[in-house]
Order: sequence, then structure tokens, then C-alpha cells
Amino acid sequence: MSLLQITNATQRFGGVVAVNNVTLHVEPGEVFALVGPNGAGKSTVFNLISRFYTPAEGSITFDGHDLLALTSDRIPSLGIARTFQNIELFEQATVLQNLLVGRTRHRRTNILSEIFFTPNARREEVKHREAVEQVIDFLDLQAYRDKMIAGLPYGVRKVVELGRALATEPKLLLLDEPASGLSVEETQDMAFWIEDIQKQMGITVLMVEHDMGLVSAVANRVMALAEGAELATGTPSQVQSHPAVIEAYLGTSGIQKGGQNAGEKTTKKAANKGGKAA
Amino acid sequence: MRFVFKTSYDADIRWFKHGPQMFWYGLLLVFMLALPLYFVWDGNPYLLGEFTGVLIFSIATMGLMLLTGQTGLASLGHACFMAMGCYANIKLLESGVPWLISFPLAGLLAGFFGTLIVSPVLRLHGVYLALATLAMAIITGDVIDLTERWTGGVAGIAVPDISIFGYQINKYANPYAFYYVVLAVVIIVVAFYRNLLRTPLGRSFAAVRDSEVSAQAMGINLAKTKATSFFLSCTAAGLAGALFGHSAGYVTNETFDIVMSITLFLAIVVGGLGFIHGAFLGAIISGLIPVLIANGRTMLSTSFDINLNIPGLESAIFASIVIAFILFEPMGIYGRWLKIRTYFELFPFYRKDMFKRQKSYLKTERVQ
Amino acid sequence: MDVIQLIVSGLANGCVYGLIALGFVLIYKATEAVNFAQGDFMMLGAFVCLGFTNADYLGLSFWLAVPLSIIIMGAFGYLFNWGVLRHMFGQSQVSIVILTIAVGFILRFAAGTIWSHEPVSLETPFAGEYLNFGGLVMGIDEIAIIIVTVVLTIGLYFFFSGTKLGVAMQAASQNQLAAYYMGIPVKRVQSLVWGLSGAIAAVAGILFASKGAIEPASGLLGIKAFAAAAIGGFGSLPGALVGGLIVGLIEPLAARFAPDSLSGIARIAPYAILLAVLVVRPGGLFSQTQKKKV
Repeated sequence: MSLLQITNATQRFGGVVAVNNVTLHVEPGEVFALVGPNGAGKSTVFNLISRFYTPAEGSITFDGHDLLALTSDRIPSLGIARTFQNIELFEQATVLQNLLVGRTRHRRTNILSEIFFTPNARREEVKHREAVEQVIDFLDLQAYRDKMIAGLPYGVRKVVELGRALATEPKLLLLDEPASGLSVEETQDMAFWIEDIQKQMGITVLMVEHDMGLVSAVANRVMALAEGAELATGTPSQVQSHPAVIEAYLGTSGIQKGGQNAGEKTTKKAANKGGKAA
Repeated sequence: MRFVFKTSYDADIRWFKHGPQMFWYGLLLVFMLALPLYFVWDGNPYLLGEFTGVLIFSIATMGLMLLTGQTGLASLGHACFMAMGCYANIKLLESGVPWLISFPLAGLLAGFFGTLIVSPVLRLHGVYLALATLAMAIITGDVIDLTERWTGGVAGIAVPDISIFGYQINKYANPYAFYYVVLAVVIIVVAFYRNLLRTPLGRSFAAVRDSEVSAQAMGINLAKTKATSFFLSCTAAGLAGALFGHSAGYVTNETFDIVMSITLFLAIVVGGLGFIHGAFLGAIISGLIPVLIANGRTMLSTSFDINLNIPGLESAIFASIVIAFILFEPMGIYGRWLKIRTYFELFPFYRKDMFKRQKSYLKTERVQ
Repeated sequence: MDVIQLIVSGLANGCVYGLIALGFVLIYKATEAVNFAQGDFMMLGAFVCLGFTNADYLGLSFWLAVPLSIIIMGAFGYLFNWGVLRHMFGQSQVSIVILTIAVGFILRFAAGTIWSHEPVSLETPFAGEYLNFGGLVMGIDEIAIIIVTVVLTIGLYFFFSGTKLGVAMQAASQNQLAAYYMGIPVKRVQSLVWGLSGAIAAVAGILFASKGAIEPASGLLGIKAFAAAAIGGFGSLPGALVGGLIVGLIEPLAARFAPDSLSGIARIAPYAILLAVLVVRPGGLFSQTQKKKV
């Protein structure tokens, strides 16, 4: 049985169809990547899973639970964690505190035991710390443990956000453009980490990424999206050589109903991405 | 520069990070405990009363700090919740409830009703909360007036004395005992506040403050967390209000006016948003300014024969201080102290941009 | 008959609240700053005009004093944003709220020190003149308020839909970054919005002071205007006016029809309605619910 199953999901914003009848399933233990030009609806799919949006049609189930029946703050308790495209960390807190917030779903104390800081609260606190320290070790964040986020460089923030998601001990990790804005070395680190997350920790990964190099390196399966609809699904090489995908990226003719103009727009952006991938 | 070598997780969890820190706070505690001795020797407890007033105010500023500094929600009507606590305490005492029960209960009642009234607004953007609480602050006096039968309205109502196990405490009859009662409450509130900051709840407050979206994505229920913060904040305000009543001895519909609400708010900004120290520094400043102005006025009129009796001068001076802080030192007095301390600790390696925050384009909550 | 007169008087008051709320909403829409000193801007505008025209002060012609004070308040708004708020770029909204509250205190203090702490009336050419419509007596001042508000609203409507600057202001309010990319000098436009709402505040102040009396504490009327803006939905210009009218009408009517034992109800009525609106229809009557994009 698939871990995550999205069936015929459609999301509209006013007249724009951001996600158009998308069906995808993520199997336990795999790394699944969503690729596509800007505005293809990749992040919207993430926001549907996080329940920031409610799809107009379709269903989303995770591990036997119907996600559409839950509010966004209940999603992590099922074991889904995510990162954001434009890093959303808690700026005025330290790295350690940020990671500890990731432990929210494992909170076993209540307001009273916390205010009085009972021995039980202390034990729980130490437990959270132990879990977080493992993440810190894994991501080599020791040097930044007590630093405020507000003063950290971009690359480190990206890693902290990954760490915060890992601290929740998820079954499914949603990574929204994990390599965007990172240097070549940092992107390589990210690739190793994603591999370790999959192989060592056994966490399933669903990611959105433009960098085809990273995608081919880590993803088991890839889905290409354009204008909210699925173009092709398969292994990275299959998708890269799929005629519809090449058409969408190189724009030999206006694809779908988008017509000539939309086709040209995507071409320019895709050209940049293509350069990166090459 | 001090290096603290941590050997256990407890090093991060416990209240004091290192020995000298514990020593200084211990010294402060001893000083606060011994303070009345000076006034006993001096024989004039007037200034001790001022100290007590600042301590009572600091309970309220701590409450507001938890809400605004920790959770990022602005309340412009905290005097309203102080009034709730004050009148609840009076009514409970009048109906024969012992003080040791009526006092905490009054705080909890203020917390409960404050949260009940405000909870629908908590779902909205922060500006609405500021507005709703401002509206509450404005009508506080009128509501007290309208419920005259119960609150005494314009004529006011006398506040019964504190009675602990038969021992009567009145601010005027035994100011020293009253001081210790207030100090005990302050210490308890500080302890609770510190505990919160090192546990999941306190961190979820910070999460809500810094990014609502990712707080939700981490499993934090926004409405519940905000309501909890508001409840705790109002409870502290209610406790402060109850003590304020005991300190005033007599309260009317004008005791908890809007100026008090706004002063509380301005105080925490000047003190330093987000720090417990800031709550105290703010309370001290807002208590000190009227005294300084009064003294300055007397000095001007006696030695230079200048009569400076302009209405609104106090508020205007306080407001100017606030503006100066917002423009030049947004982290408040405590933030300035941190910078100075870091400067000397790192000397000569301090860089000007060490505390600089990233300036960004308007961080909007609106859809782009 | 007296009820109709109450309504007319309430409408006139409501127009003033509506105008203050309008300035407030303008700023909120364009800059997302909440100007808690808008009522004090109104008060200051009234005093500036009064300082020019009243016999006790400069004694200029009323028709000269009005445009002068509107221009001065417009410049004041512009300079306030340019000189103070611009430096708070990147700070949280809460700091701006605090800053404007503090500015309000200072403006009230300054007005009291420069002009008067006591209530003063603006000396207008039409003071104390009445029109009689078959038994319905209406002060010319009240009629003037209603007419000026209507004209100003229509003017603003055409300003925002028809002029280059108006459209730029709308653009800057909807998406700062995109407006900037499109070549709109966002910061200057923001200053202009502040100037515009300063000028509107001056109009409101002049109208208010010609109908009744103005004192520094009148600046706190701004709080009723916030109630009006929130009732109207905070981001909506017509909503602000409608909210103002609701608040203006509710006060005299509550005072007229409330039982004697609840005479204080008129004072709390606007705020009670505000709280009720926030509870029942949290976005205001003209709400536009929006959510942050991630």
C-alpha cells in the first residue's frame, strides 16, 4: 500500500487552476521528486498535503488516514514534516530552540507540569534534547547550536530547517526546493543527507526541486508537472527523455491549452533551469 | 570572555548557566529581602511603598511581556484584566473566602474571562487584537460604572485587608509585611515564567510569534497556543490588579484607566521586548518617571521660580522616551545592556553588526 | 421630529468618524501600518485651522485658513513618514503601533501647550446659522459636513480609479515588491499616502471643530474611528465610511432610547458593537479574508 496517495486533486485560485487533476502515490522508503517549471503547481501540492489549502476536488490519504479530515496542525502528528521554499524558521530563537519546536508532536507534558517544571517535565526535556542532539550530529550543526537564526547565513538556515523537520521523527519528509540558493558544495551535502535520510533512517522523501542534477542523484521516481497537470512519471532518466517534458522545457510548440504566450514564458525560465541541470 | 563547558543537557535546562550568574541573582534576592531593614532603620517607609508599587506593576508587565514579547500578540487593554482581578478579589474576600484562595482565584478568573472575551479575535490578524483590547480598555471605566451595584462605580469600593492565617496585612499599617507578600508573588511569577521558557509551551509561543505558518507545520495549534498565552498573561495581570487594589486601599471606576493600559504596553517596549528583565526595567522606568518629573518640577519652582505645570507633560516625556527607543534601540534597555556587556566581554573584537537584524521587505501576512 | 434631528446630527458625527477612519484605512492599505495617531492628526488639523482663523489667534480669513491647514497637515503626514517611519523599515507592525500611540501623546501635549487645553470652537462664517425644512431645523454646519464628506468620497473614488498616482497607490498597497519592480517608487508613494491621509484628517478636524468644540483630548476620538474602520472591515474605503456612520448614529440613538438606569450605555455602545462585529463577523462587515502564501 502506498504511504501517500493523492487522487485526482484539483486546486483553483480564482480562475487559475494551480493543480489540475493530479494523481500520485508515494511508496514507503522511496525518494519521490516533483519537477517542473515555475508555476507548475509543485508547491501547491505540498500545501495541499500540509492542509494549508483544501483541494476543490480529489482526495489525499496518508498511511490510511484521510488528510482532508484534518486541520494543518494535526498533520505532523501523523508523521509528516516539511520544509519551506522561502525558509520559515523562528528568527528570534536559537538553532536549538528551533529544533526543539520540531519535537512538538512528541510533547508528553501539559501546561501545569511545565509551569511547575516537575521532575517528569525535566526528564521529558532531556529526552527531547537527546533526540535533537542526534539530528545536530547528523547535520553537523554543533557549531551553531546556541546561535540565533537571525544572524545565520542562508545555507545554514536551509540545513536547520531540514533538521527541524527531522526532529519531528517523520515517516514522510516533504522538502520544498532543498537545494535552491545553495552552493555546489552545499548541494552535494544535501544530496548525501537526503540519501542517508532515505537509507539509514528509512524516511520516505517527497521533494520539489529544480536542480535536475540533485534529482537524478537521489530520486527513485520523478513526476514532471506543467501548468498544474502531470506530464510524465518515471525514473529520472525516463522523465528527462520523455517527449512531453522536453517539449515543456524547450517549448517547441505551445503545450496544452496554454497557447503560444505561456509556452514562451516557460521556455525562458526553463532555459535557466536547463543550464543548471546540464 | 567566559567559556562555559557544558557536560550535561541539564546545563542548558537549569535556570542559571554558570556560577557567577547564580551568585549575582542570589545577591539580588538577598538585597530585595533585606531592603525593608533599611526603611525600618530609617523609620520612613514611604519609598518602600514606591518599591512595592513597582513590584506590583512588574507582575503586570511580566504578564504583558509573555503575551507581546514571547507570543507576539499586542494587548492595549491589560489594565482591564487588572480590574477584573481586582474586583474579583474584592468580591471573593467580601463573601468570606480566605485571601490565600481568593487571590489566586481572582487571577485565574481574570485569565478565564479575559480569554473568553478575546478568543474570537485571536483568530484574526494581530491588529484586530490590539483594537479589541483597546476597546475593552476604553469601556472598562464605563462598565464598572454601569455595574455600580456590584463594583461601587464612581463612588468606589474599599478593598479588604489581606489576611493570612488570621494575620492582617494592610499597606499602611504594616508596609513591610505587604512588601514581602508582593515580593513572594513576584518571585513565584518569575519562577513560572522561567519554567515556561524552557519547556515546549514557551517555545511554541516563540514559534507562533516568529512564523505562524511553520508553527502550524510543526503541529502547533495556533488558536489554542494564543489562547493559552492570553490566559497566562491575563492571570498575571489579574494578580497584579488584586495586589494593586490592596495597595490602593480604595478603587473607583477611574483606577484602571486607559492610560494605565497604554503605560503598561509602553513600559515593556522601553524595557526590552522578549526579556523578563525588560518587564522589570520597564516597570522601574514607568514608576520612576513621575517621581523624577515631580522632583524636577519642585526643583525648578524652588530654585529658579519657574512653574512648570503643564498637563500631559509626563505622558509626553514618557512617549518621547518610547519613540527614541523604537527608533534607536528597538531591543530596549535590556537589549542595550546586552550590547554593552558583549562589547566588554569580547573586547576588542565587538562588531557593530553583531546584533543587527536582517531588514527585509515588509513581512506581510497578506496574500501577494 | 426630534428623532430625525438626532439622526441628522448622528450622521454628521458619523461623517467625521468616517473621514478619520478613511485616513486610517488608506494608510493601512498602502503600508500595512496602523496609525493610532490618526485621531490626533484630526485634532491637530482642527487646531492649526483654528490658530489661523480664530480672532484670539491670527484672525485670517476662514477661506484662507482652510486650504492652508489642509496643506500643512498634508505636509505633516508626508514628513512624518519620510522623517520617522521610513527609518523603521523592516521592524514589526507592533513597533509602528506603539510609535504612533506615543506620537499621539506628544501631539496632544503639543496642541495643548501651543493653543489651549480647554475646548475651543472654530469660528466659521456659518456658525450658528440654521435652515428650517418645515419644522426640521438643521444647522448649516451639519449640512456642510455631510456635503463635504460626500464630495470628498466621490473625489477620492475618482482619484484612485482615474489618476496615475491613485493607481500607483493601489498597486503599492496590493504588492509592494511587484509595484517596486514595475517602477513605482514605493517609499515615496507611501509618503504621499501619509500626506493624503493627513490632509483628510485636517478636513475631518475642521468639520468637527466647526460643529462643536475641539480640545487636545478630542484626539482620542480616533479610537471611535478605529471602531468604525474595524466594523467596516479595515481594508475597505466604503466600509470605513459606513462604519463611521454606524458609530455616529448609534451614539445619539442609544442615549435617546436607553433606560435611565443604563445611561452609560451610549458611551460604550460603539465599542460594544465593535466587539460584537469582531466576534460575529471577524473580518468586519466588508471583509476580505486573506491568507499568507508559503
